[in-house]
Amino acid sequence: MHPIRKQRLMMVLLIVIFSSIAIGLIMFALRENLNLFYPPSKIVSGEVPHNVKIRGGGCVKPGSVQRSEHNLDVNFVITDGVADVKVFYSGILPDLFAEGEAAVINGKINDKGELEASEVLAKHDENYMPPEVAEGMKQAGGEHQKTCETINYAR
Amino acid sequence: MHADWLSLVPEIGQLSLIIAFCFSVALFLLPLWGSYRNNLLMMLSARSIAAGFFIFVLISFLCLTWSFTQNDFSVAYVATNSNSLLPMHYKISAVWGGHEGSLLLWILMLSGWTFAVALFSRSIPLELQARVLSVMGFVAIGFSLFILITSNPFDRNLPIPPQEGNDLNPLLQDIGLIIHPPVLYMGYVGFSVVFAFAIAALLTGRMDSAWARWSRPWAIIAWGFLSLGVAMGSWWAYYELGWGGWWFWDPVENAAFMPWLVGTALIHSLAVTEKRGLFKSWTILLAIFAFSLSLLGTFLVRSGVLTSVHAFANDPERGLFILGFLLVVVGVSLVLYAIRAPVVKGAQGFDWLSRETFLLANNILLVVVMLVVLIGTLYPLIADALGLGKISVGAPFFNMFFLPLMGLLCLLMAVGPVLNWKKTQPALLKTLLLKPWVISLLIGLLFPLFYAEKYSIPVAVAVFIASWITTALISDFIYRLRHADSFISGFKKLSMSYYAMSIAHVGVAVSLIGIVLSSHYSQERDLRLQLGQVVEMAPYQFTLKSLIPIRESNYIADQADIEVQKNGKFLEILSPQKRRYLARGDVMTEVALDAGLLRDIYIAMGDKLSDDAWAMRIHVKPFVRWIWLGAIFMALGSLLAVIDKRYRTKTAEVSL
Repeated sequence: MHPIRKQRLMMVLLIVIFSSIAIGLIMFALRENLNLFYPPSKIVSGEVPHNVKIRGGGCVKPGSVQRSEHNLDVNFVITDGVADVKVFYSGILPDLFAEGEAAVINGKINDKGELEASEVLAKHDENYMPPEVAEGMKQAGGEHQKTCETINYAR
Repeated sequence: MHADWLSLVPEIGQLSLIIAFCFSVALFLLPLWGSYRNNLLMMLSARSIAAGFFIFVLISFLCLTWSFTQNDFSVAYVATNSNSLLPMHYKISAVWGGHEGSLLLWILMLSGWTFAVALFSRSIPLELQARVLSVMGFVAIGFSLFILITSNPFDRNLPIPPQEGNDLNPLLQDIGLIIHPPVLYMGYVGFSVVFAFAIAALLTGRMDSAWARWSRPWAIIAWGFLSLGVAMGSWWAYYELGWGGWWFWDPVENAAFMPWLVGTALIHSLAVTEKRGLFKSWTILLAIFAFSLSLLGTFLVRSGVLTSVHAFANDPERGLFILGFLLVVVGVSLVLYAIRAPVVKGAQGFDWLSRETFLLANNILLVVVMLVVLIGTLYPLIADALGLGKISVGAPFFNMFFLPLMGLLCLLMAVGPVLNWKKTQPALLKTLLLKPWVISLLIGLLFPLFYAEKYSIPVAVAVFIASWITTALISDFIYRLRHADSFISGFKKLSMSYYAMSIAHVGVAVSLIGIVLSSHYSQERDLRLQLGQVVEMAPYQFTLKSLIPIRESNYIADQADIEVQKNGKFLEILSPQKRRYLARGDVMTEVALDAGLLRDIYIAMGDKLSDDAWAMRIHVKPFVRWIWLGAIFMALGSLLAVIDKRYRTKTAEVSL
């Protein structure tokens, strides 16, 4: 084979091998780092694996936020209008976190079915509803419970 | 009479936008038609049409700005994003504080770049120039239509306009927002020029070193703006969000970062195409990708399809429009590419130990990193579409690939610049690199020993690589000066591009130091802080001295005064605030920063826990400034590169 062609063939082969390895690794790592989203009703109904990193979200139930006297521990309840889940967190809550507003929580479900949060997110924009929360609530409560303002907290 | 005329300013703006749209249609059709009919007049018309397009977009933009400064709340967009109490400079920056206005800014940038091409590309063949401008016209059509149909900033709130505006989101009331979007858009949109050059080259079938030389400065300057824009965004997030971080692998950040990665690959690949006539098809493909990723970024940001810390209330229909446009652009370009991509024949080979090899490796690594970011960003969307559930991809995924791949890239960066094109003698490599290697290894190994108590291997590696990049450049510089009569004459003899490359590469080394050192040596404490309580973070001590309420015209705030001591000696008082803006009731964290070259002290307030206690975020971040300082170096490098003589003299000769 012509040396230049040979060189080119080697190059192409190298690129193909290198990129297949890369894509394989990427897909593997991706599977390890995915966080599935679940609304509270699914968490309560037991569809959610325990002690696996997940993402939960819903409206923060008014009056449910309790803080510790000594450190940054806090717990509150999120709801999608159907079911409630208790969330434990230790740290600083974002500015837009408030009772009666939407929040997204990264964390794990413990054996008692409570959500142990590693991260709490609220959004930049007061009119904004995280799409997964909105959809989760729509599935749970129909068209009438689309936002945290119209949701029925009392039940 | 006078007043009546002025009340029509928004309509004038709207009209100008429609006229600008007509210009963009003309810009697309006439020169392209002319270039195939060999009609000189039609091809020449491109320049005047580009000027007209720019002028009318500018008028439209100024009209919107005028409406903001005049508090014309009958314009819906002004009413949503401004307030009569807003200081003047924020009224002006509020023009691009929302969707419609930022889109208008996008188009203004596009028209500005188009006009710049018309002005500064007179030296290139008329046919190519006409086609480049025509492609820019095509992009302009897409965006003008988009703004006119889905996001008109001049829509009126009639018949009863509100008395007062809704106010600008307080997060955006900041110097960062005044400059970040225009700079970022300059970069984003700037890639449309290289894209247009690539498409024009495919249409013309002319793809040679000259083509690369013409398009290279455009790619470099767009890249420089993008580097600066991304860095500013990170800097803004750092001090404005109050979360203590500077990069979150958020979809919107990724959206700007992907074009940067491909743009970086592009400017390096263009170098090979210009100097050696190689990698032609690859360069074209990168140019198409860079701009497509800019469009994808616009789509991701504007459609709100992804959950993001940046997500503002968005309209899915708008997203659909951009997605459609994106598909047209990518589809047409790739089909054109498949048909017309330069056929490689009899290209010259190169030795494995050559600059080409290292630039190839640079390109592969950057594209792989881009793919990682792309997959991580889009996977949730794809999974959702396939019904696999709502998924998010965490930061560990990105870091797992980004850090080693970029580390490898930086390591190659130490060697690459000192190599010759085509073939390098290993002996030369030894002369140039051995001494820097030994010195850097020593610095790398010793630095963590002296800097902190706990030895950190990643820090040693990073310091070694950064030092090697820098010392190899210095060694190369000295080698190049060896035949010069004096330092000054030798200094002058080296080209501007050489200095540009060196400065940009040093910039990468500086950012590398900043990223690794601030990640490893940051001391971060989130804690409950009581009045009078002392927090020890060696060598600093923090004491909460007082909590005072503040009242300003547009917000109320709680302020904490925290005394900072260094080794028991008074250093300063830092005063973070928690603000509540009155117009919209937004709560905002105002970070107190003591910025320094070697470390930042960063204090942000969390929530109020009791009358005399607040949740407080206290961080000491060594070298964090270096992250952004590096980006400034890179942008400076891009500026020096485009003022290199070889781009200028060519222009001057022909225009004579």
